[in-house]
Amino acid sequence: MANSICLIDTSKCMGCRGCQVACKQWNQLPAEETAFTGSYENPPRFSADTWLKVAFKEHDREDGNVDWYMAKLGCMHCTDAACMQACPAGAIYRSDEGTVNIDEVKCIGCNYCVTACPFHVVGFDRLTNKARKCTFCHDRLVSGLEPSCAKACPTGAITFGDRKQLIDRAVNRVDYLKARGKNAQIYGIDELDGTAMLYVLADNPEKYGLPADPQVPVQTRIWNAIFKPLRLFVVVAVAFGLWANRSQTREIEQAKRGEK
Amino acid sequence: MTNHMIDYKNSDVLMNIGGNTAENHPITMKWIEKAREERGAKLICVDPRLTRTGAVADLYVPIRPGTNCAYLGGLIAYILDNNLYHEEYVKHYTNATYLVNEDFDFDNVTGLFSGVQDNPARNAKAYDLSTWQYQTDEDGEILTDPDMRDENCVLQVMKRFYQDYNLENISEITGCPIDTLEESYRLYATTGAPEKAGNILYAMGITQFSHGTQSVRSVAVPQLLLGNIGRPGGGVNAQRGQSNVQGCCDMGILYHILTGYMPVPQRDAHPTLDDYNEAVPVGGYWVNRPNFMNSMLTAWWPEQSLNDAYHYLPKLDGTDRSHIGQYYRMGQGEVKGLICWADNPAVSGPTAGDKRKYQALLDWMVVVDLFENETAAFWKAPDMNPAEIDTDVFLLPAAAAYERNGSKTNSSRWIQWQEKVQEAPGEAKPDLWIADKLFKAIRKEYEENGGVFPDPILNMNWDYGEEADSREVAMEINGYRVADGQLLSSFGDLRDDGSTACGSWIYTGFYSDPDNPATKRRIAEKEGIGLNTQWTFAWPANRRIVYNRGSADPQGNPWNPEFPLFKWVDGQWDMMDVPDFNANIPPEESAESAFIMLPEGKGRLFANAHGGAGGTSNDSPMPIHYEPAESPVANLLYPQATFNPISQRWYPVEEHFGDVEQYPYIISTYRVTEHYQTGSVTRNMPWLVEAMPELFIELDPTLAEEKGIQNGDMVEIEGKRGKIQAKACVTSRIKPYNVNGRTVHVVGLPFHWGFMGMSKGDITNDLAPSIGDPNSTIPEFKAFLCDIRRVG
Repeated sequence: MANSICLIDTSKCMGCRGCQVACKQWNQLPAEETAFTGSYENPPRFSADTWLKVAFKEHDREDGNVDWYMAKLGCMHCTDAACMQACPAGAIYRSDEGTVNIDEVKCIGCNYCVTACPFHVVGFDRLTNKARKCTFCHDRLVSGLEPSCAKACPTGAITFGDRKQLIDRAVNRVDYLKARGKNAQIYGIDELDGTAMLYVLADNPEKYGLPADPQVPVQTRIWNAIFKPLRLFVVVAVAFGLWANRSQTREIEQAKRGEK
Repeated sequence: MTNHMIDYKNSDVLMNIGGNTAENHPITMKWIEKAREERGAKLICVDPRLTRTGAVADLYVPIRPGTNCAYLGGLIAYILDNNLYHEEYVKHYTNATYLVNEDFDFDNVTGLFSGVQDNPARNAKAYDLSTWQYQTDEDGEILTDPDMRDENCVLQVMKRFYQDYNLENISEITGCPIDTLEESYRLYATTGAPEKAGNILYAMGITQFSHGTQSVRSVAVPQLLLGNIGRPGGGVNAQRGQSNVQGCCDMGILYHILTGYMPVPQRDAHPTLDDYNEAVPVGGYWVNRPNFMNSMLTAWWPEQSLNDAYHYLPKLDGTDRSHIGQYYRMGQGEVKGLICWADNPAVSGPTAGDKRKYQALLDWMVVVDLFENETAAFWKAPDMNPAEIDTDVFLLPAAAAYERNGSKTNSSRWIQWQEKVQEAPGEAKPDLWIADKLFKAIRKEYEENGGVFPDPILNMNWDYGEEADSREVAMEINGYRVADGQLLSSFGDLRDDGSTACGSWIYTGFYSDPDNPATKRRIAEKEGIGLNTQWTFAWPANRRIVYNRGSADPQGNPWNPEFPLFKWVDGQWDMMDVPDFNANIPPEESAESAFIMLPEGKGRLFANAHGGAGGTSNDSPMPIHYEPAESPVANLLYPQATFNPISQRWYPVEEHFGDVEQYPYIISTYRVTEHYQTGSVTRNMPWLVEAMPELFIELDPTLAEEKGIQNGDMVEIEGKRGKIQAKACVTSRIKPYNVNGRTVHVVGLPFHWGFMGMSKGDITNDLAPSIGDPNSTIPEFKAFLCDIRRVG
C-alpha cells in the first residue's frame, strides 16, 4: 500500500470540474466530442483521453427533496489491482510510490485490463492500440509535487498526503457528517485491500456511481492464478509446435512439387 | 463587498441568495468550507432551483424567481416581530430612532408611497421625495426617540410596513413551504446575537430585476437590524462576476459616474464647477468631494484652469445613456458608430435579437475582443442578411489578461497587480496599447483637420510613454503632488486648489511607492483573522472591512471578543484594520457616525432624501415586494399594484410584454461553472466545451411529462420577444411552485451560447425583456414568461 494517498471527501465537492480540467491540462489529453443528454456529467465514460471525470448523480428523497451528489471518479490505484493481474504482458506495474501505472511500451493492446477493472476506468486508444488511464500524476510525485487534481481543488475535496494522516482525517470527517444526519462512510480501506484513492462518502457508494462491493472479477483471478503463469509455457509450446510444423510442412511441399 | 472573501471563514451563518457561489465563485467555497468545519457555520442557499451551491448547503430554501424582496421582507418581519434585532447596534448605528416626516404615507392597496406623480416621458410613475424625510427642529437637527417607541420613529414605521410580510403571506408569494421558510429565518436571525456574525452573499439573482435596487436594499436592511455590517464574518457581500469589473466601476466606466463614484455633472443643474462642487451632501465624508473632483480634473487637464477643465468634461443632458437606452436610440437610427470593447451585447443584452438588428443601422462598429464574438459577427447571425447591411465592422484582436500587465480589482476591493507572463499571439494587443494608439490617432486628426470642439482632446494629459506603460497610468491614478511629482499615499492629501492630481481618489495609496507599490505586495499573514493587510492594497486606504466602527459597541468593546478588529484600551484604539472612523476621538463620539459616507452618519434602514446627493432609492424608502414585469400572478400584498411603478421602460408595455395566458411558465437565466458570460472565450476552449457542450433548459419532471419531453430532447422556448431551442434537462432539482393555490412551473437556461465559436447554440437573451430598475437601469434577466414545446 502506498504511503501517500489522495483523500476524496465528496462532502466538500461542489462539482466545479477543476480536477477534470486540470487532469486534461497536465496530461495534455484531447477533448472528446460530447453532447448534452440530460446530465451535467460529461464525458459520459472513461476513455483513453478521459482519465478523470466528475460524477453528478441526482436522487429523489422520500421527503420530496433532492440529493445531488458530486464526486471525482477515476482510477483507484488498488492494492489488489485487477488490471495488474489481468495484464499478460507485464505492462502494468506498481511504482515505488505505490501507484499503479501502465507501461505503454510493453502494452500489447489486448484489452484484458479494460474489461477486468471493476471501476471501468481503463481506456483504450484504438489508433495506437494502447491502454491508458490515470497515472496518479506519477511524474509530479517524483518531483515532490501533488497530483494536479488535488492541486486544482479549491475546497479541499481532494487532498494528497500521508496515508495514516488522511485515514484519520477521513474517520473524523465521517463522524462529523454522521452527527449531521448523513449516511457517511469511508470507501477504499478494505475494498481491494485498500485503494490509494480513498473516499469519504455522504451516502452509499452506488449513489455516486461507485460499485458497492468492488471485486477483481473471477475470470481475472482464474486467468491470473492458472493461465497467466502458464503463458510462457504456452508460448514455448506454440513456438515448438510451429517449428515442428514447419519441418512437416516443408516435407509436404516438397512432396507436392515432387508430384508435379 | 463590504468585507472580503477570506473573511467568509469567520461567519456563523452564511446566506447565499440570488447567487450561486459554488458554480460561479468556486474558489470562495474554500472559505465557506472553513467556516463550516472550523466554527460550525451553516450555509443557507435560497434559490429557485437546487444549484451546486444548494446541493452542498445545510439548508436549501426554494423561492419563486422574482420574490427576493418578499422572502427577505419576511426575514425583516420575523426579526422585528420576535425582537431578534441587535438592539444596541440598531439604536446607535442605524437611523431606527429617527423620526420620519408625519406626512410620509403608504397605500397598501396600490403599493405606492406618498409623493407619487406621473412620469409620462417614461410611461411610469415618479416620486417627489419631500415626505421621505426626517423630522427636524428649527435648527435643522433631526428629531429622535432613543427608546424607539414613537409611532413615527423609523423602527415603528418599519414594524407597521412589514406586518404584511408574515409567514403565511410570504409562503404564498414565494411558493416556499412555511416550515422551511421559518427555519431559514430562525437560523439566520440567530446572528442578531451581539457576538454572532451573519454573512449575506449575493450576485445577479438579486440585482437583475426591475426592482433590483429594492432587492439589494432587502439584503442591507436585515444586516443592519442584526448588527452584521462592519465586522468580521458579516457584511453585504456582492460577488462580482468578472475579474476586474470592480476595477471598471472604480474607473467610472458606468455612464452615470466619474472615477471613484463621483456623479457625472449635469449640464443644467451644474453649469459651473462651483455649482457641481456645492452640490455635495450636508454631512458625511462626501463633503470632501471637491478635493477629489478637482484633483481628477487636474490629472486629466493639468495645463488648464479647473473651470476650463470642467468645461471639457462631458455632462449628462437628460438623454438616456444607459445600455438599453443607447441600443434603443441605435434602433431609432440616432447612433452612427459604436466601439464595443470587451463586451458582447449581441448575446448578453436583453432582447438581444432586436439589438443585433439595431446594429445594422450603425455606419461603423469597432469590436475589441479575444475572439470574433457575436457582436462583431452580428451580420453573420442566422437571422440576418449580410447583403442588406452596410455597417463597417472593425475587429481588433485583444491580448488576454496574462499577456499584459496591470491591476485587477476583485469583489473584495483588492487591487492586485499582475505581470505579463507571455506574448499575445499574432497581432493581438493589450487594451492600453489599443487605447493609446486610438487616442493618438484621434488627436492627430484634430490637430491636422480641426473639428467641432477639439480642445478636450488636444489638451488632455497623455504622457504614458511612446508605448504606453501601465505603470505610468497607475501613478496618475494613484495621485501626486503637482509641484514636484511626489506620489501621494492617502486621499486625505488631495486638495481642491489644483495642487494635487489624482485619477481615482479611492485608489490613492495603491501605487505610491513605484519601486515597491502596495498593489504588488504579496505577504500572507501568518496569524490573524484573514485580513492579510500586507497582501496587495484594498481600496479605500487599504481598509479591509468598511464601516468597521460597527465592529465594537459604543464604548469600544468588540461585539465578539474573538474578533477584536478594534478595541478601545487605555485611552486609545488597538487596531487590526484601517479605521473607517475618526480614531482620534473617544469611542462614544465616533459611535455617532459609524456610517461616515452618509450625511447623518447612520445606516439607513429607511432610505430617505435627507442631506442630498444620493443615499436614497427612487422607488421606495423601505424594501418592498413588487412582482417582475412579466409574472404569472398579481401582487398578493398590494392588490392594485403593478410591477415596479418607477421602473424604466423603453418599449410600450402592451407590445413588449406577454401575459401568463400565452406564456404560462416562469423562465430564469443563469450561469454555469464551465462557461463564462457569453461564452465568447469559453466556447472556444475544448476542455470546457467537452464538459458542458450544449445549451440546455432545466425543467421539472411534471412539466416534462405534460409536454412529452424527455432528457436530451430538443425543446423550443418561446416568449413575447423571441424563440430559441435548447436540449432538455429534466430534473427534480426544480420543483413546481404553489403560488396562491395555482401550480406555477419554472424553467431555466444558461445564457452562455451564441452562433460563433466551437460550440454554438441559440441566444437565451433574445427572450429577456428590456425593462430596467429605476435607479440602475439593470435589466430583468431573472424572471419573465415563456411557453415550451418539444420539437425533436
